[in-house]
Amino acid sequence: MRLRHLASGAGVVGSGLCAGIAAGILMLILAYVVREGAPAVNWSFLTGVPHPVGVPGGGVANGIVGSAIIVGLATVIALPIGTLTGIYLALYGRGPFADAIRFLADVLSGIPSIAIGLFAYTIFVAPFRHFSGASASVAFAILMLPLIIRTGEEAIGGVPKRVREGALALGISSYAATMHVVVPAARAGLMTGLLLAVARVTGETAPLLFTAFGSQFWELNPTNPMASLALQVFTYAISPYEDWHQQAWAGALLLILAVFILNVLARFALRSRTSR
Amino acid sequence: MISPIPVPTTGQIHVPARAARLVVEDLTALYGNRVALAGVSIAFPEQSVTALIGPSGCGKSTFLRCLNRIHEAAGTATVRGRVLLDGQDIYAPEVNPIVIRRRVGMVFQRANPFPTMSILDDVTTGLRYAGRARTRMERVEQAERVLRMAALWDEVKDKLNQPGIALSGGQQQRLCIARALAVNPDILLMDEPTSALDPIATAQIEELITSLADAYTMVCVSHNMQQAARISDFTAFMLAGSDYVGHLVEVGETDKIFTRPQDQRTEDYITGRFG
Repeated sequence: MRLRHLASGAGVVGSGLCAGIAAGILMLILAYVVREGAPAVNWSFLTGVPHPVGVPGGGVANGIVGSAIIVGLATVIALPIGTLTGIYLALYGRGPFADAIRFLADVLSGIPSIAIGLFAYTIFVAPFRHFSGASASVAFAILMLPLIIRTGEEAIGGVPKRVREGALALGISSYAATMHVVVPAARAGLMTGLLLAVARVTGETAPLLFTAFGSQFWELNPTNPMASLALQVFTYAISPYEDWHQQAWAGALLLILAVFILNVLARFALRSRTSR
Repeated sequence: MISPIPVPTTGQIHVPARAARLVVEDLTALYGNRVALAGVSIAFPEQSVTALIGPSGCGKSTFLRCLNRIHEAAGTATVRGRVLLDGQDIYAPEVNPIVIRRRVGMVFQRANPFPTMSILDDVTTGLRYAGRARTRMERVEQAERVLRMAALWDEVKDKLNQPGIALSGGQQQRLCIARALAVNPDILLMDEPTSALDPIATAQIEELITSLADAYTMVCVSHNMQQAARISDFTAFMLAGSDYVGHLVEVGETDKIFTRPQDQRTEDYITGRFG
């Protein structure tokens, strides 16, 4: 009796301690990034382009815009494919073919991003002999797909069957019932999945190394090599210059902020579903 | 009133004396390889309510779902036999299930308003997709017509733009009935429409069913024998054998089924000996 209470108490304290350590490490990282990066964040850092080595100042605006274009294009590719796959799995997903897709999506989500970058390089960079933002978008889209597929399946599957059948029973086509009744009912879950997928790739760097490649200039054309915030952090961090190091921390801070905001939005989207 | 007198034939086949709007001939429903119900033959006379009763798992709902081809929406589900709507087999290869579902409306066990739609949009969904209510004026007119039929108009006329899911359970179910009526069906199927409702909402729905029977051919699955006795003109009793395959045991005028059933199993069920 006493022993059981003792064991229970030790379990609670132990797991609480581990949770505290995990949260503590996270806070430590955040605090460190803020301490190192915040002093370098200012207006010209947010709006300027990189200065040549030796010229002080300069910013990451081209990287922010480049990241937005690359991620935006990736979303345009991954969202329809992923959502439609999720719909298929949720509504028609029985049998070995659907199980195979689910399994492949799970495997895909575990593949190292650098391998996917390499794949994009082989398919979209090497044949053209030209780095491009678009090839990075393809790599990102592949990274986003499994998340969008599985959250999409869950969101669509979470809409009660009777809602879809109710629409079919009115003499509405299967397509209209799915797209105009079921998908809107699942929009909160779909939005959550999309935001999490965007957050997932926003901080990705490895696939960009040999796809977007990076650029020191304004570049809005995704068929050219493009700057990206994450890539700039990488380039600056491994450089030998002190002011670039600080800009790397500042860039990392922006990335963390972006991912943080995306996650908060995802939470928010999910809550608006459950409150209904 | 047309009286469906069972015609003695082979097996469990029951056909009324006179042809009706909806006639089912030797219907078998399957989920994959599993037979859910077999050999059901029955006719549903015009402007009447036929109640389908029987214990859980006897195939009542499956049978109902075969009558508007919603059964086949469940992946591997298939049907054998014929279902004649005004003499035409709804399972004939050239028949479009969408057209059938506009003629054979359905109300479900649990109210299923469309989660993101306003009451107005919800109730006119079928019309809009059939291209029959193009302007907002037309939609409001049609909505008023059917919401009045469903005895819901006075309760929702000031909140047509609010979501249907904000209504009470009974109101939601009447909304779903109005929605089904909006496409002007000939037949109305109801799958235990009151099983998720409180007694007051149940009474309202029952009253509605009785009033609609003047204009529609209605088939209503009911778990509740008192309800079946209250609302129906005819009653069909279904039962699954030890092989879990549902059959039609007996069909006839509700009075007769409840007072002088011909089959011992019907009597046992009605008197509460099982089920």
